[in-house]
Amino acid sequence: MNDPVWLMLVKGVLVFVVLVLLVLFTIWYERRVVAIMQVRPGPNRNGPFGLLQSLADGLKLAFKEDTMPRTADRVVFIAAPVIAVACAFTAFSVVPFGPEVNVFGIETELQLTDFEVSVLVILACSALGVYGIVLAGWASGSAYSLLGALRAAAQVISYEIALGLAVLAVFFQSRLMSTGAIVEAQAEGLPLSLGGAEFTLPGWYFLVLAPSFVIFVIAMVGETNRAPFDLPEAESELVAGFATEYSSLKYASFFLAEYVNMVTMSALAVTLFLGGWAAPFPDSWWPGANEGFMPLVWFFGKVLAFLFFYVWLRGTLPRLRYDQFMNLGWKVLVPVSLVWLMVLAAMNIGLDTGNDLPTRIAFAGGAAIVVMALIFFWPSRKPYEDPAEPDTGLGGFPVPPLDLAVPPNPRSLKQLEPANTSAVPINGSRSTDEKEEG
Amino acid sequence: MTDLAQAAVLAQSGSAGEAVFFWILAPVAVAGALGLVLSRQAIHAALSLAVTMMCLAVFYIMQHAPFLGFVQIMVYTGAIMMLFLFVLMLFGRDSKDSMFETLRGQRLFAVLLGVGMAALLSSGLARAVSGLVVAEPAGPAGQGNVERIAEALFSTYLFPFEIVSGVLTVAAVGALMFAHVAKKGGHRGQREHSRERFRPGNYPGPKPGPGVFATSDSTATPALRPDGSIEPASLSEYVPPRQLTPAEAAPKHTEGRDS
Repeated sequence: MNDPVWLMLVKGVLVFVVLVLLVLFTIWYERRVVAIMQVRPGPNRNGPFGLLQSLADGLKLAFKEDTMPRTADRVVFIAAPVIAVACAFTAFSVVPFGPEVNVFGIETELQLTDFEVSVLVILACSALGVYGIVLAGWASGSAYSLLGALRAAAQVISYEIALGLAVLAVFFQSRLMSTGAIVEAQAEGLPLSLGGAEFTLPGWYFLVLAPSFVIFVIAMVGETNRAPFDLPEAESELVAGFATEYSSLKYASFFLAEYVNMVTMSALAVTLFLGGWAAPFPDSWWPGANEGFMPLVWFFGKVLAFLFFYVWLRGTLPRLRYDQFMNLGWKVLVPVSLVWLMVLAAMNIGLDTGNDLPTRIAFAGGAAIVVMALIFFWPSRKPYEDPAEPDTGLGGFPVPPLDLAVPPNPRSLKQLEPANTSAVPINGSRSTDEKEEG
Repeated sequence: MTDLAQAAVLAQSGSAGEAVFFWILAPVAVAGALGLVLSRQAIHAALSLAVTMMCLAVFYIMQHAPFLGFVQIMVYTGAIMMLFLFVLMLFGRDSKDSMFETLRGQRLFAVLLGVGMAALLSSGLARAVSGLVVAEPAGPAGQGNVERIAEALFSTYLFPFEIVSGVLTVAAVGALMFAHVAKKGGHRGQREHSRERFRPGNYPGPKPGPGVFATSDSTATPALRPDGSIEPASLSEYVPPRQLTPAEAAPKHTEGRDS
C-alpha cells in the first residue's frame, strides 16, 4: 500500500460515496423486496421504479424539526449519532473490492487500506459502534431509550463473542489476519477426485468452515440489530428503542449507521467466507473474469445477495423473545463455536499441513451427519401419540358441542315488545327491572 | 514535564507522521485522564476513560504493534468499558458524587498526597526510561507482529497466561454464584400455562374488571353479571367491596341540567 496521497484521498471519497449510495439503494431494495414478499407494490412513485424514494425520505428527515428532550444530556446526546456513523464508515475502509488495477499509470489495489491485522479493524469498529447506541439511549433520559440501550449493549457484547469465534476459525485456517490476503488464500480450488472423475471445488471458506459460516451469519444479524434480532428497537415493546427521542438528521444518522453496518457485515462475510471479489466460477470458463475492474461486479453481486438474505429474514421471521435470544447466543452459538474450533485445531494438527482437503471434507461432512443424526434420533424425544379420544372441551381446547342448538337471542325478542321501543334511559330501565325482581 | 519531554524524544525518533499524531493525541489522552478524575457524573468519567484508552490504542498502533492496539480497542474499550457503562446506566442517571467532606481537611491532604505520588512515580519512571534506545522489533525477519506475540504468549509466558485465565474464570464463576438465584418450582412453559388456563372449571377468558355493568366504575365496585348478581371473580382481595344503592346511584341534579 504505497499509494500517492491524491490516490488515497480519491479512494477515501469513493468508499464514502459508494457506501452512501449503497445505503440509499438498500433502503429502497429492502422495501421493494419485502413488498414483493407481502404481495404489494412497495415504493414506486419517486423516480424510475421508486429508486429515489430513500433520497426523498432523507431530504424529508433533514427538514424535520430537531428536538432534544429537557432531561437529555446535551453533549452525549449529540455525540452519540456521530459515534455511530463514524464507526460504521471507518469499518468499511479495509474491505477489498478487487485485485490490483492500473489507475492513470499507477498500480494500486481496489481497497482503501490493508495491513497485517485488518480484519480486527472491522471487529473493533463494530465494538465501538455500540457506544453510539448505548450513549444515545442513556443520554435521551427516557425509560424506553434506556431499555433499548441496555438491550443493545447486552446483545452486541454477547453476539460479538460468537462472531469473533467464527472469525477465529478463518484465522486458524488461513493463518492470516489481513482481508486482502484472506481473499487471495481462498483463490486456490480444492482438487477432488471422486470415483476417478477429477473436479475442482471452490476453495472458499464457507465450504471448508461450514459451521463457522453458519455461526457467523447468525451472529452477524445479531450484531447489526436487524430482524429477527432487532430487540433494541422493538417497536411493539419500546416505541423505537434507543432512538425514541431522536428526530431529524440525528435520527437519520442512526438509520445510516444501521444500513452501513449491514453493508459492512455483508462485505465482511463475503470477504471471509465467499471468496471476496473472486468470480463465482472456475478460471477456465472465463480467464479474464478476475482481472481489472470486473471483480467489482462479483463483489457487489455477492454483497447484494447477502443484503437480500437480510431482507428475507426480516420478511419471514418474527422477533425473538429476549430470553430465547440470549439462550441462542450463549448456550448454542458460543459452545458450538468453541467445540468446532477445537475440532478444527485437532484436524489441522492431525492432518499436518491441511493439504489433504478431501479427507478434511469427509471428516467435516461425517461429523455434520453424526450431529444431525443425534439431533433427530435423540432417545429422550417422546414419540408422537395420537389423542385417545377427540377433545370435547373438557381438558382440551374449548370446542362447541357437536349437537349444538343455537338458543334464541333474548335481545331480538325484547325489541319486539312495544314497551321497550320508546327511548328510555338505560339506568331507568335497569332500576325498574330490579324493582320487579325484588 | 520530564515524562512529556522523554515522550517527545521518543516521538522524534519515529517518523514525522508519528510525531504529528503523538502531539495531537497525547493532549487528548491527558484530557481524558483529567476528565475521568474531575467529572461529576459517573458516565462522563467512564467516557473520558474510554477516550484515553482509544488514544493509548492508537499509540500502540503507531509503535508497530497493530494487534495490541486493536485488541486494546476490542477488549478494553469495546467490552470492559461497555460493562462499566452498563452498570452505571442501571444505577440511574442522577447519581452524582457527593461533595460533602466527611473528614475535615481530607481534600487538601488527598491533593497533596496525589501530587507527591505522581511526582515520585514520574521521576522514577523518567530515570528508568532515560537513555534507552528505541530498538527495532526483535525476532527473525519475516515474522509478523502477531506471530511474535503468539510465540511469547504460548511458549515463554504460557504458565502465567494460563494462571491469569484461570483466575479470571474463577472470578466470573464466583460472580455467577453470588448472582444466581435458584428458581422456586420448575420452569413453566407455554404448554403448562395453556393447560392450566383451559383446565375444567376455569374460565379461560380475562377476569371481569370492577364496575362492569355496575352503577359505578370504582375499584371498590364489583362487576355485575347480566342478571344483576355480583361476579365473584371481580372482587378484589384488598379493597372492601362497596355497591351503591339505587338511591345513591340516582342522578343528584348537581349540574342543573336534567330536571
